[in-house]
Amino acid sequence: MKTSCGICGGEIDVPNDAIKGEIVSCPDCGTEYEVVEVKESGVSLKPAEEIGEDWGE
Amino acid sequence: MKTGENKFKLSLTILYDRLRWEEKALAEEAQKVGVNVNMVDAKTTPLELVGNGLSKEPFGDVVLERCMSHIRGLYYAAILEKEKTVINSFNVTLVTSNKLLTTLALDKAGVPTPRTAAAFSLESAIEQADRMGYPLVIKPVIGSWGKMVACVRDKREAEALFEIREMIHEPLQQVYYLQEYVQRPPRDLRAIVIGDRILTSIYRYQPEDDWRTNIARGGYAEVAKLDKEQEEVILKAAKAVGEGVLGVDAMESDRGLLVHEINGCVEFKGAASVSTVNIPKAIAEYALEKVKR
Repeated sequence: MKTSCGICGGEIDVPNDAIKGEIVSCPDCGTEYEVVEVKESGVSLKPAEEIGEDWGE
Repeated sequence: MKTGENKFKLSLTILYDRLRWEEKALAEEAQKVGVNVNMVDAKTTPLELVGNGLSKEPFGDVVLERCMSHIRGLYYAAILEKEKTVINSFNVTLVTSNKLLTTLALDKAGVPTPRTAAAFSLESAIEQADRMGYPLVIKPVIGSWGKMVACVRDKREAEALFEIREMIHEPLQQVYYLQEYVQRPPRDLRAIVIGDRILTSIYRYQPEDDWRTNIARGGYAEVAKLDKEQEEVILKAAKAVGEGVLGVDAMESDRGLLVHEINGCVEFKGAASVSTVNIPKAIAEYALEKVKR
């Protein structure tokens, strides 16, 4: 599934087995997106949350 | 995602805020074990503390709290524990998400851990650093992946770092956590502990251009073989913070194994790449055992 980057317009190739919540990134500008929904008609993305100070394992 | 839903099966919820390789692997293995798997995004799921039901999400029989944000996961665990079995529990998450509280718990339980101090102002941090000597490791009390962890070689570097921290108007940045620099091989030890057993252990080797061993910073993994004494230290450390799914980090030193950190939302992609143990399957099975007990 292909979609375009909202920042630079680059082409983002989302894997066919992608699931809601997964992170994909634009190969051109590196912007990260979170997969919101996967449908036969296409995939919808939203900008991923930025890494916070309290993030980790 | 709800897959293979069957009302007679146990239900496992994986609570996440960013879906990593680990959460996907956990979901896949849990499905193979034969449970209903429910993926819940903590960012988009509000909870009622007092009111009409906890949430529109059912959450099932047991929740694996896997949020990357420690604070989000901590509060989520606190609320969900009203009604659900949560792994890790609020208490375990509270201690493991804070290095200062982890150190106190380890020391209280008699677990060998590096010399550590806390200071609460720029001046007292410098005073304490001088007292401990250099090099010295400075860490944020909350955070992971080696983020903002620094090794200062002398007073000048310490002052520069502390002054920068003072300028960050964030309360946790004004908690100075100082730890001795332990002479160790270019690796540390990561043991994944589930309940009261060590599931697998790896060495994490530091990359050529970094002194930190975090896999997230380019460190690489190798299977570790622990001796009896090391196993005892690891299990004692895990017990010190409470039972759960844990990543216990330790360093080999001339004083034996020193436990320096315990991770409550353990990442295991690196360990899984070298270990023969099916880590996500074991975690899923452990979660289900907790329900059945």
